[in-house]
Amino acid sequence: MTTPDREAAGHPGRPGGAPGHPVATALDVSKSFGATRALIDVGISVAPGEAHALVGRNGAGKSTLVSLLTGLARPDRGRILFDGQAAPPLSDRAGWQSRAACVYQKSTIIPGLSVAENLFLNRQSEGLRPISWKALRTRAADLLAEYDIDVDPAASAATLAVDQRQVLEIARALSFGARFIILDEPTAQLDGANIAALFDRLRRLQESGVAFLFISHHLSEVYEVCQTVTVYRDARHILTAPVSGLDKDALIEAMTGEDRSARAEFAVDRYLAPASQPAPALQISSLSLPGTFQEVGVTVGVGEIVGLAGAGGSGAVAVGETVAGLRRPSGGTVEVAGRRVRTGSVPDALRAGLGFVPEDRHAQGVVPLRPIAENITLTATDRLGRHGFFTGESLRRAGSALMRRLDVKAEGPDQPVSALSGGNQQKVVMGRALAGSPRALVLIRPTAGVDVKSKESLLGTVRQAAADGCGALLVSDELDDLRIAHRVLVMFKGAVVAEFASGWGDAALIAAIEGLGGADRPDQERNDDE
Amino acid sequence: MSEVTTMSDAADLLPEAEPARAARSGTRWLREFSLIPAMGLLILIGFIESPDFLTGDNFLAMLQQSTELSVLVLAEALILIGGRMDLSLESTVTLAPVLALWLVLPTSGNRFNGLGFGAAWLAIPACLLVGAAVGAINGFLILKMNLNGFVVTLGMLTTLHGLVVVVDGGQSITTVPPSFSYLGHHDWLGLPASVWVCGLLFTLGIAALGWYRHGRALYAIGGNPGAARAAGIRVERTMWIVLIIGSVLAAFAGMLYTGRLGSASASQGTGKIFEVFAATVIGGVSMNGGRGSLFGALTGVLTLRLIGNVLTFGHVSAQDIEFFNGVVILVALVVSRYTSGTAQD
Ligand SMILES: Nc1ncnc2c1ncn2[C@@H]1O[C@H](COP(=O)(O)OP(=O)(O)OP(=O)(O)O)[C@@H](O)[C@H]1O
Ligand SMILES: [Mg+2]
Repeated sequence: MTTPDREAAGHPGRPGGAPGHPVATALDVSKSFGATRALIDVGISVAPGEAHALVGRNGAGKSTLVSLLTGLARPDRGRILFDGQAAPPLSDRAGWQSRAACVYQKSTIIPGLSVAENLFLNRQSEGLRPISWKALRTRAADLLAEYDIDVDPAASAATLAVDQRQVLEIARALSFGARFIILDEPTAQLDGANIAALFDRLRRLQESGVAFLFISHHLSEVYEVCQTVTVYRDARHILTAPVSGLDKDALIEAMTGEDRSARAEFAVDRYLAPASQPAPALQISSLSLPGTFQEVGVTVGVGEIVGLAGAGGSGAVAVGETVAGLRRPSGGTVEVAGRRVRTGSVPDALRAGLGFVPEDRHAQGVVPLRPIAENITLTATDRLGRHGFFTGESLRRAGSALMRRLDVKAEGPDQPVSALSGGNQQKVVMGRALAGSPRALVLIRPTAGVDVKSKESLLGTVRQAAADGCGALLVSDELDDLRIAHRVLVMFKGAVVAEFASGWGDAALIAAIEGLGGADRPDQERNDDE
Repeated sequence: MSEVTTMSDAADLLPEAEPARAARSGTRWLREFSLIPAMGLLILIGFIESPDFLTGDNFLAMLQQSTELSVLVLAEALILIGGRMDLSLESTVTLAPVLALWLVLPTSGNRFNGLGFGAAWLAIPACLLVGAAVGAINGFLILKMNLNGFVVTLGMLTTLHGLVVVVDGGQSITTVPPSFSYLGHHDWLGLPASVWVCGLLFTLGIAALGWYRHGRALYAIGGNPGAARAAGIRVERTMWIVLIIGSVLAAFAGMLYTGRLGSASASQGTGKIFEVFAATVIGGVSMNGGRGSLFGALTGVLTLRLIGNVLTFGHVSAQDIEFFNGVVILVALVVSRYTSGTAQD
């Protein structure tokens, strides 16, 4: 990055030889964080107008590459080029922003500010001129209207739901007018309709010549929108190839370095209620939250996994949050293993033996600066020692055990959670839900941002917990998550509208989620076939 | 308007956030004025207590006594909104004037002998420079060396206080050049000059934080430094500047204080930092950064002063007043938690 360099960065992986320079190139870059080597001599090259996928397991170094490509961090070795020219110095933020816009994996919405200000952060006005708030709101309203986002620009960003924040991030990134846009797991927090809208927009932008770097753990999305795919594994570049010439098994093999035939298969099985007839693990009766859902009743037996599916506004997530005590319902009861829970109280739900994986891991999931061991055992510290006292050693031991169980990739239990990759943070959140040996689990999109292989082991952990006598309510619209459920309930507009026994067909379930009883819409199908 | 929460206290907050999925936040302005009813109540109590309470003279005196505290609160509010804190302001208040006077006072002839360096008016820029230096050192330790801001500024608080005692030998300096005491001592158009200056500083601050990009950056930094950095805000540099501005303001407050009392001594600032934080938090500024307003902080100062005044008129004796003041401030914290409807953090 020191001397201007005009040479075309010919990259072996680039297919076909697109005209002109690639919009963005990383040449043999390396990056370490202390002892962790996040990237070792990797490269990538994105041609103009190309949608380029970057895939790899959790901790492979994808987000680290993003921070190098957007000028948030300096590579230890190697160079970044835009249009064949050296990248601007790190201090020239405007220069970087005009070359590469980005939706980061970590939320960059500031809760205390309004939606409008978040959209135009640090560009509220030109130079030293005072801000015209009215003009800013108008600009924001125009931008929101352009992307069909139904949010009041004057509202405080703290009041937005996770998916609304995510579409804001996307709209903001696109609004810079850069010809190169990076999307780091943009779909992990979105539902089907939002994803379809996003892809529509991406295709239109691509037709106008904008290039994308697209990071996702949903391989079907890679096949849907991308032409080229690059795979990283353990901080190294493994392959770059046209998507069309690579089938899914080969792709997963490149990601994991293992033969696909060895993977665990999730046989769908029947739920057999235990003979002794204990109280159900979780009993939800006529639970209502005005304006969100009404009279929802679900019974989760001991050892049973019940899926709760629903699109964005269906209320499925809200049901999960209400059961966990994050929201206070207007009526109805929740019982965990026969014990009535005081609704609207997280501590009481925990005491009753409920484990919970929240939707928004940034805000509710982890304490970023504390060590993994402490985060993962946060709900179970009373079990680690007497009277609330516990030693660092027992904490580390318990933390390490859970980290192994959940396949968390980290230096050790003392590393702060903020230094983990996104998917590994999600595993920590999951570990926390399991740490207290819960009687019932409420999991909201538990595998968001988790790679294909870890997804299998994470879901395996849920099944193991169920086999050990815990009941689980699995709120998700991921078909792969739902596949481990003994039965799936579908919510639409605040009510449970359908129930599917295990063995359901993808098309029928998706139709029910979209509220189209029966109509087949294969274009919306997001089936990873695993 | 829920805060970013950990799970355990989220239960209290989510219900507030939840109906607002698409709702307006028209109540945001109300929060700025949430202390006004409390102030009205205090004035009513004072009015009942004594006929001398609701008089121009009393209010003028109260305003003037508020100036130093409000300048300090202005400084602390800026720093807190940016997500940092500075405890050492309390020592800067005394250190800056004492060092400045030490520099210019003649080497002999007074009870306190200085260095006799240059003209008397030089004490004013010297005082502000001392403030800037303290802020720069704090900024270096916190932002460049990544030390913990609480401990660093707590350490500075003690160190600087000790330095004052070293310089003035534990006695107070009573020879103050007239130029130095001018602002703390004179009236303009019937109002103390310090009140005018204070009003001007708050106007500038409110304008900068309300309508200027670089001022708004402070909210972004306090709210989510990573996001601010990604948006192109120079987080470290901005915070360094804010820490320096904060300490310069504290030095300025020290100058006003010295001018008003006609002397400078090590004990002048002692205990002030509690009032500073109390006023700032009562005024709705978040200790976690990113939230609050300077106007709110100003109402926090006025509320504290009203409380003190009402206590004095209620014939609370001088030896009890510290205790009562502390209790009432704690009560005020509790009350403002409910009137503003958000958690203090
Ligand atoms: N700030 C940091 N300090 C220390 N280690 C870090 C830091 N950021 C990332 N790492 C480490 O670098 C490695 C790569 O992380 P990165 O976030 O790039 O992974 P990723 O491919 O994006 O994974 P995911 O799919 O889970 O998001 C991980 O082992 C992670 O623990
Ligand atoms: Mg990542």
